[in-house]
Order: sequence, then structure tokens, then C-alpha cells
Amino acid sequence: MSFLDRTARAFLLTELFQGLALTFRYMFKPKVTINYPYEKGPLSTRFRGEHALRRYANGEERCIACKLCEAICPAQAITIEAEPRGDGSRRARRYDLDMTKCIFCGLCQEACPVDAIVEGPNFEYATETRAELMYNKSKLLANGDRWEAELALRIAEDAPYR
Amino acid sequence: MVDMLAGLMPPEIWRLIVIVVQIVAIVLPLLVAVAYLTYAERKVIGAIQLRKGPNVVGPFGLLQPLADGVKLFLKETILPSGASKAVFIIAPMLTFFLALIAWAVIPFDEGWVLADINVGVLYLFAISSLGVYGIIMSGWASNSKYAFLGGLRSAAQMVSYEVSIGFVLISVLLSVGSLNLSDVVLKQKETVWFIIPHLPMFFIFLISALAETNRAPFDLPEAESELVAGYNVEYSAMTFALFFLGEYANMILMSGMTAILFLGGWLPPIDVAPFNWVPGIIWFALKICAVLFVFLWVRATFPRYRYDQLMRLGWKVFLPFSLFWLVLTAGVLVAFGWLPNQG
Repeated sequence: MSFLDRTARAFLLTELFQGLALTFRYMFKPKVTINYPYEKGPLSTRFRGEHALRRYANGEERCIACKLCEAICPAQAITIEAEPRGDGSRRARRYDLDMTKCIFCGLCQEACPVDAIVEGPNFEYATETRAELMYNKSKLLANGDRWEAELALRIAEDAPYR
Repeated sequence: MVDMLAGLMPPEIWRLIVIVVQIVAIVLPLLVAVAYLTYAERKVIGAIQLRKGPNVVGPFGLLQPLADGVKLFLKETILPSGASKAVFIIAPMLTFFLALIAWAVIPFDEGWVLADINVGVLYLFAISSLGVYGIIMSGWASNSKYAFLGGLRSAAQMVSYEVSIGFVLISVLLSVGSLNLSDVVLKQKETVWFIIPHLPMFFIFLISALAETNRAPFDLPEAESELVAGYNVEYSAMTFALFFLGEYANMILMSGMTAILFLGGWLPPIDVAPFNWVPGIIWFALKICAVLFVFLWVRATFPRYRYDQLMRLGWKVFLPFSLFWLVLTAGVLVAFGWLPNQG
């Protein structure tokens, strides 16, 4: 009997028609594709994108060149040189970040005691040359100025869980 | 004015011109149809996979096939150094050429056929059998193991499924009593569309047509996961484009054959007022589109067959079953005295 059942099913193509019916129903479902450069998908406030160095509200840069980020960076993408500034405070003379090495693990922002280095929401920073991906301090500070509103929001959103 | 032109030149030349114009009138729409079949394929498969498909070039991406065509035209045709050059070039041309000449016997409407020969079905069958040569030649001439394996698979597959297609054709022809494709359609006008009495044969024909045109789920000759791209690995630019056009033109041809043999060709579904106002060629085109949609739908649904499963299906299921159906058809026709051309 099972032989008959199997043969009948095979000859009536029942399973094939079930599959076809399923794909036919899917044809009329809403598309999941978004028109990327014109539409963008939602991002978590914890999304780890392009790095930025933040400033205090009075314009003073936050980074104190403690080198914790440099120490914790598993990809060794960060290079910092510290020196005392004119007013006697400790600041970074160089803050270089090799974006081609970075693995976006977020450990630098975890390590930072003053919330200076953060990973922002921006992921559209592709460049045409490799050299442009060697970020220096001024580039990172410029990123910080550009994204400050969103960076502050992200830190505020995350604060309850810290 | 046409008569005046005809008077100006010897009748042989005039007949030649008329035939050339007729050929162009078939081939040009066919090539446009092929171009838009690739577009339809990408849209349909996109929709089934919840994607959008091409939508950037032109409104709704409608100019995408043209952009693809321009790209293929402008690219360099690479001749592999180990290839047998002449055969390598001839193979895609042969495939393309065979996909086009088959259209000579397809009736688009009553009397709208380039060559109204009485062996139309046989001609189509012969042309589609020759189609395997283009693929074997390309597989051999490429001097590449992937292409060679693809060519071998294609040959074995096409030969296997042609046998069952042959029996399907004979079952239909027994009910018609003629090998002329126009007669096949006219017979369906006086009786019913053959999809009703020959429903199982319709499915066997459709599935064999998938195998015959190397379409998914029987696209083993170009199985990209194991053979990279099979027989067309080494091809680029226009030589590749010719294979591509040939494959899609063959799909349209097979859909046309399905429409003629089983779906009543240019006949309207019901011969009453609003339906029979529509010209036959429109009905024919609609039926071709419907069958082509099935081709794309099937491609989006089923995974590729394993090679031994493919051979098993062809030889151990389709062949005996179509043979059985052939005997049954003959028996029924004789028993009820429905044989055409009696006496």
C-alpha cells in the first residue's frame, strides 16, 4: 500500500505543486529590499561604525592621551603620542587610527575613561585610496564635530545599562 | 505600391526580398522578446525571493536588457590560447542559428507561417536535436575540464529527454493525423485543446522541455556550484551573448511548441464574442508568456537535480510512461473510431 501511495504522490506531483504554490504566494508578499542609497535600514544605537573623537561642550577635546585604547586594541590599529600642552594638561600630539586594521570590536570606546574615542553610526566612509583610511587626530576630531548630536544621543541611550 | 515594386524586378528577386522581410519580421521581435525574457526572469525570481529585481536603468529597470546588451557588445572576446579557435567561435554561432531557424515552421496565426511544410514537427524535432552540437563543440573546443564536463552532461541530458519528447509528440500526432503544425492547431479547433485529453503528456513535455533547454532544475550542464558555468566558462562578450540568446530563444521556442501542441496555438480559450475579436497572434503570445512564466517559476522553486536522478527520471519514468500513453492513445483512437485520416 505504501508503494502505491508513494507512486501516486510522485505521479501526481503533489509535493512539486505544494512547492510551486508556496513560491507563488511569496511573489505577492511585500519586498524586503530597500532602495539603499535613497532608503536606509534602521540602525541600533549600539551600532559600531566609523570612529570619532569627541569634545566637551566648551570645545575642549576630551582625549587625555591615557593610551588605554591603544593598549586594548586587539588589531593594534591605534597609535598615540602624548605630550603636555602649553597650559600643562596632558594631550595627544598624535592620535592615528588605521581604519584598514580596525575590526570594529568597540573595545576602544569601552576602555576610554572620558568617552573621547567612540564608534559612531556612520558606515558610509568608503574611500578611493588606501591612504585616506589612515585617520589622524584632526580627521577624528572633525568626525566628532560632525556626528556629535547622534553620538551624545547614543551614549545617553546606553547609559542605563552601564 | 507593393505591386509596383514587385513589377520593377524579376520575380525571383522579389520573392527573395519578401522572404528576407518576413524573416526580419520574425527575428527582430524574437530578439526583443529574448531581451525582455531576461528582464522578466530577473523580476519574477526577484519577486519570489522578496527582492525587487532590476529597477535602476530606466523606468522600472526596463532598459536593463539594453544596458546588458551594450555591455556584452563592448567587452573583449577572449580566445583561450589552448582552444581550438575555429570551433570555439562556430559553436555559439551554431547554437544561436539553430535557435532562430526553428521559428520558420511556427504558425503565429492561421496561415501566418514562414514555411508551411508538412513535416513541421519533424523539422522542429531535428533542429532541437542539432542544438546539442553547439554545446558539445563549445565544450570540446574550450579545452577546459569544466566546459568539457558541461558539454558531456548536456549531450547526455538532451539525448535522454528527446526520446520522451519524441513519444509525447507521437501521441499528439496520432490524435491529429498530420505533422503540419498548423493542422495540429486546426485539429484542436474542431475538437478540444490537447491539454485536456493529454494532460499527463503536457506535464511530461513541459518537464522534458526544461531538460532540453538546460533550464533549472535540470541546468546540470552549467551547474555553477560544481562546474563553474559548464560549457560556457571560457566564453566572454559576444560569443557568450550568442549562447545566452540561443538558450533563451530556445526557451521561447519550447514554450511556443507547448502552446501549439497542447494549448491550441493561436486559438482563443472560448470561441465567443469578446475573445475571438482578439487577433490569434496575441493569444499565441499570451500562451507563450504563460508557459515562460512557468519556466521562471520552476527555476525559482526547485533545487537542481542530481545527475543520476536526472537520468533515472528520463529513462525509467518518462520513457515508459510516455510509451504507455502512446499505446493507450492509439488504443482509444482505434476503439472509439476516432482515428483521423481513415480510409
